[in-house]
Amino acid sequence: MAGGLPPMLEFRNVNTYYGDLHVLKDVNYNLGAGEIICLLGGNACGKSTTMKTIMGIVRPTSGEVVFEGERIDRLPTAERVKRGIAPVLEARRLFPRMTVFENLEMGAFTRKRGADFDQDLERVYTLFPRVKERREQQAGTLSGGEQQMVAIGRALMARPKLICMDEPSMGLSPLFVEQTFDIIQQINRQGVTIFMVEQNAAMALSIAHRAYVLQTGRVVLSGPAAEMRENEHVRDAYLGEMQVVAA
Amino acid sequence: MSPFDLLLQQFVNGLSLGAMYALLALGFTIVYGIMELINFSHFNVFMIGSFVAMGVLSLFGLSGQTVLLHGFPLVGVLVVALVVTMVACGMLGVGIERLALRPLRGVQGPMAMITTIGVSYVLSNAVMLTMGANTKNFPNPIPSVALHIGTAQITVFQFIIWALSAVLMGGLYLFVQRSKLGKAMRATAQDPDAALMMGVDVNRVIMTAFFLGSALAGAAGFIFGLYYNFTNFGIGFTAGLRAFTAAVLGGIGNIPGAMIGGLLIGLIEAMAGQYIGAKWADVIIFSLLVLVLVCRPAGLLGRLAPTKS
Ligand SMILES: Nc1ncnc2c1ncn2[C@@H]1O[C@H](COP(=O)(O)OP(=O)(O)OP(=O)(O)O)[C@@H](O)[C@H]1O
Ligand SMILES: [Mg+2]
Repeated sequence: MAGGLPPMLEFRNVNTYYGDLHVLKDVNYNLGAGEIICLLGGNACGKSTTMKTIMGIVRPTSGEVVFEGERIDRLPTAERVKRGIAPVLEARRLFPRMTVFENLEMGAFTRKRGADFDQDLERVYTLFPRVKERREQQAGTLSGGEQQMVAIGRALMARPKLICMDEPSMGLSPLFVEQTFDIIQQINRQGVTIFMVEQNAAMALSIAHRAYVLQTGRVVLSGPAAEMRENEHVRDAYLGEMQVVAA
Repeated sequence: MSPFDLLLQQFVNGLSLGAMYALLALGFTIVYGIMELINFSHFNVFMIGSFVAMGVLSLFGLSGQTVLLHGFPLVGVLVVALVVTMVACGMLGVGIERLALRPLRGVQGPMAMITTIGVSYVLSNAVMLTMGANTKNFPNPIPSVALHIGTAQITVFQFIIWALSAVLMGGLYLFVQRSKLGKAMRATAQDPDAALMMGVDVNRVIMTAFFLGSALAGAAGFIFGLYYNFTNFGIGFTAGLRAFTAAVLGGIGNIPGAMIGGLLIGLIEAMAGQYIGAKWADVIIFSLLVLVLVCRPAGLLGRLAPTKS
């Protein structure tokens, strides 16, 4: 665990299957509170499955998922959200025929509607003034970048301790990717732990504290982001022009 | 009757029938919107609704022969019968989901739909075996006071149907748009996995959909009995198929679509009965269905491109 931070989320020898397909193989992660951790890996290596395992969309066949010292791998998704885990899903997955405001409301679904709802709404609107302008618009009609802002805002409305992001840079212009990563850092500085799946390794490693590399369902490398940037395997496989299959 | 009065009369009748079909169509559409399941057991939840209502009326001494009520007793009896029928049907719908459909959740293919056909037959046969196969007189205690426009007339009963349908559909609309559970229903319909990850209890959403749809079917069954003055174990299949057509016509999964489709089917039935012959009603209804599906495969208000991924 990095820097002696109290652990926020741990995977202990997690194995996840879809039917006969063995996707996560004896996976161990250890995220400290307050960190930005990024998960790198090529297509189909199990990155989204990691997110789904955290959220409880798929259940591990063996191993443990531990959040703040307690096992959560048998808990229903709603309970995990209540304990402080919120997702920013792959391809954003807003509710297209609900307004931006209603999407934000859905983010706060497990919470009682009180004064802190308005506070959190203000926080989102401050972070993304554009979202405030668009609040009555149908989410499906927003641009990709605007949808990403709403998706992050929706996660914040759960008042999470941990946000799990699945490829936040996907489909965004380079300028927008940079803005998104700035925002992620800001959110992190407000005390939220970030677990982020990324294909854009250079960008992700520039803001992350630590990283894991997943290859066909196994963790093959992990360590501080700065070290990973220098690592030859990572450079070849994820920081180059092409994705070379590393030995 | 002058041609104009005749047309007006059939329009009035059509709106009343249409309100009934719309109430019934909503149940198909709500459940389909959330589960992508065509629930054929809905046919006979409607049929059972008419029997429950008949049972409640008989407890008030209304059975077979016509007894008219006025004022407070009339309103009281109608409201009690309506509430009991809707709650009973709502619970029946929830029970069907819990016992017959939840075990099949996540199973790919047409299994769940075929199960609903099976449940539908179980319900109609259960009623046939316990209540008998013969057609029953359904009492209508509402006096036939009417508003006359030329020779056409709008009866109090028709006003009641319209008002009741407007209240129920308006209530449903508000519930789905405004309430937290209603929003969870819409979110689940648009992206079930994302809704789950917001912390929505999908089982609860599905139960709510079945309860609401079935309760509305109960109200429609009550209206059917009052309108036609009979019921039997077989009424679910004809009325249900028409209402299902209404839902598809309007764009299945789309709530306003089901309302409009229902009204359209009611108007066609009334007009066909007057001008072409009642036997032709279904021919026209189903021809129109084919036509709409050829020209607009997603139905009148439906969206073609699914937003689900
Ligand atoms: N619901 C599912 N049912 C069956 N197999 C699945 C399911 N979801 C994912 N898989 C399979 O599991 C493997 C890992 O998928 P996953 O989505 O975790 O990959 P990923 O690392 O996120 O890839 P990408 O970078 O393309 O998003 C893939 O081979 C995929 O086909
Ligand atoms: Mg993925």
